[in-house]
Amino acid sequence: MNIHEYQAKALLKEFGAPVSKGVPILSHDDLDGALAALPGPVYVVKSQIHAGGRGKGKFKELGEDAKGGVRVSFSPDEVRENVKEMLGNTLVTKQTGPAGKQVNRLYIEDGAEIDRELYLSILVDRETSRVSFVASTEGGMDIEAVAEETPEKIHTIAIQPEPGCTADDAATICDAFELDGDARADGMTLFPILYNAFVEKDMSLLEVNPLIVMKDGHLKVLDAKVSFDGNAEFRHPELAELRDLSEEDEKEIEASEHDLTYITLDGSIGCMVNGAGLAMATMDIIKLYGAEPANFLDAGGGATVERVTAAFKIITSDPNVKGILVNIFGGILRCDVIAEGVLKAVEEVGLKVPLVVRLEGTKVAEGKAMIDNSTLDVISADDLDDAAQKIVNAVGSAA
Amino acid sequence: MSILINKDTKILVQGLTGKTGSFHTGQALAYHGTQMVGGTHPKKGGQTWEGPDGETLPIFTTVAEGRDATGANASVIYVPPPGAGAAIIEAIEAEIPLIVCITEGVPVLDMVRVKARLEKSNSRLIGPNCPGLLTPNECKIGIMPGSIFKKGSVGVVSRSGTLTYEAVFQTTNAGLGQTTAVGIGGDPVKGTEFIDVLEMFLADDETKSMIMIGEIGGSAEEDAAQFIKDEAAKGRSKPIAGFIAGRTAPPGRTMGHAGAVISGGKGGAEDKIAAMKSAGFKVSESPAKLGETLLEAING
Repeated sequence: MNIHEYQAKALLKEFGAPVSKGVPILSHDDLDGALAALPGPVYVVKSQIHAGGRGKGKFKELGEDAKGGVRVSFSPDEVRENVKEMLGNTLVTKQTGPAGKQVNRLYIEDGAEIDRELYLSILVDRETSRVSFVASTEGGMDIEAVAEETPEKIHTIAIQPEPGCTADDAATICDAFELDGDARADGMTLFPILYNAFVEKDMSLLEVNPLIVMKDGHLKVLDAKVSFDGNAEFRHPELAELRDLSEEDEKEIEASEHDLTYITLDGSIGCMVNGAGLAMATMDIIKLYGAEPANFLDAGGGATVERVTAAFKIITSDPNVKGILVNIFGGILRCDVIAEGVLKAVEEVGLKVPLVVRLEGTKVAEGKAMIDNSTLDVISADDLDDAAQKIVNAVGSAA
Repeated sequence: MSILINKDTKILVQGLTGKTGSFHTGQALAYHGTQMVGGTHPKKGGQTWEGPDGETLPIFTTVAEGRDATGANASVIYVPPPGAGAAIIEAIEAEIPLIVCITEGVPVLDMVRVKARLEKSNSRLIGPNCPGLLTPNECKIGIMPGSIFKKGSVGVVSRSGTLTYEAVFQTTNAGLGQTTAVGIGGDPVKGTEFIDVLEMFLADDETKSMIMIGEIGGSAEEDAAQFIKDEAAKGRSKPIAGFIAGRTAPPGRTMGHAGAVISGGKGGAEDKIAAMKSAGFKVSESPAKLGETLLEAING
């Protein structure tokens, strides 16, 4: 799960990290209160969407010359002007795709005087199986470009889970940032704080870009991006209220309520598969036979009849779906459960497009018999190749 | 020979009394008499588990107690995600040589702690979020469907559960059969990597060829390709086929497996395929042609 910048900063502030004073705006009514709460004279108005590149982004509804998604303002009136232009409009950045994202929330922050911009992130490094800091003096810019062009400017510091981020680790990170004086003293406190926030809240990514050294020599978290590990949700009921459903795809939300992993894609063949690898491979083979998948759907290992029915309904609710391929190789998941779920769903929602079902594995004979004995118009397939060809042909001839 | 498990492997089940653990323990017992020797449950020690066909197994309070009473040398974990990390650590502390964690959805930071503990031990962990492993006609640990296996000569290793089954099924249909199939799991932090398993297959006399099923994300496939290349240079090589799932996946999205995400241009399918080809793999374009592709690799 991702959260907004203002939420991430509030969370980091609870742990003691230095952030600017700021107030989120969810509607124009919040503006007067926000201006009253901030000292000025410099304000920064920041679009709150779950995508990067906001500063260089463009609003769809405004002209080419209009300013981007993060705007510095030098008076309360200028703040009002900017809020009027930004709130409710659609911001297109290099991470949103051409459709852009509607800006429903803004964050108004006290301005900061920047001396140096640094890049810091914390993540789980799969090479070392450790939580690691990634530190670079090249902050405020595209870190992937830095990694590509000047990899020597990126430092990775692995932290041992026991004892956690030590003074030695913090000093190593300070060195990577070339910090001295007050900034170094701040870093010695800040880096363990960020590590503790990462671990205590089960984050999967904490990115501060930029972390700044201010003109007064102190450190400040100027931007913050936080993602949480979905597997650890059960430990953090307090984080549920931070979820912004307007940032997510409706079908993906519904799928997650049924413990299904679903991702909308652009094609015409709806897929229901068990296992992420087989689901990806099913998408690949559909493409190999010249068609495009409409979605990725992993029904998981512990699917019940209800869950399979829900999955089927989500797939059929997509108007782009011209055919459905159910591909199940049962291990945990039993083929008879899938067959029952599919038949029940077809009875409930009807079937307007061709449906190919391929079952293999645990309880396959029972599952196949249930499909074959039903009166519904289901095309049975013997193997993955057969299934992919049958659904691509069926959709081709229907179109 | 097989790798990791055989007819002498004695297995304890952590999480035996749950629905999943119970179902798959019944299936394992029914698979050529796999030696399931008991289960553990912190509150149900002393009770007896009863299987679908009236089989019974003793339940112990701890893994150490179960190991002492049964001589178990492996454990399989079906404990739900909140307790799975602690269950692995309990098995490590009981010095169980082979620990297999089937559980899907273990928090990654729990696995970071497990991995640090594992590195200081002599235990081997397979998983989590994996289907387990199976040596045909001898031993089944985990959830792989036994009916698709056939005793034979192919070593199968895969990051994806259900694609492991495809590889097994297709090598069975190709008449080759398997020595052992190992599902290493789809999580970013896991106990065993491709290289560990490929090394065992190279060292195993009965394994005449190998299949490796990878997917997008990370660099484990590139590492494995480099390993195969380096070993071949030393004169150790066997025919090997491969497949990478996720060629058509959009970048930046996690596709169900926490490990399967292309980020920052790294971990893409094409790079992995190129690395594997340059190391001498026959790479299958289609997940339905794994068996055929391996036959091509064998027949040169």
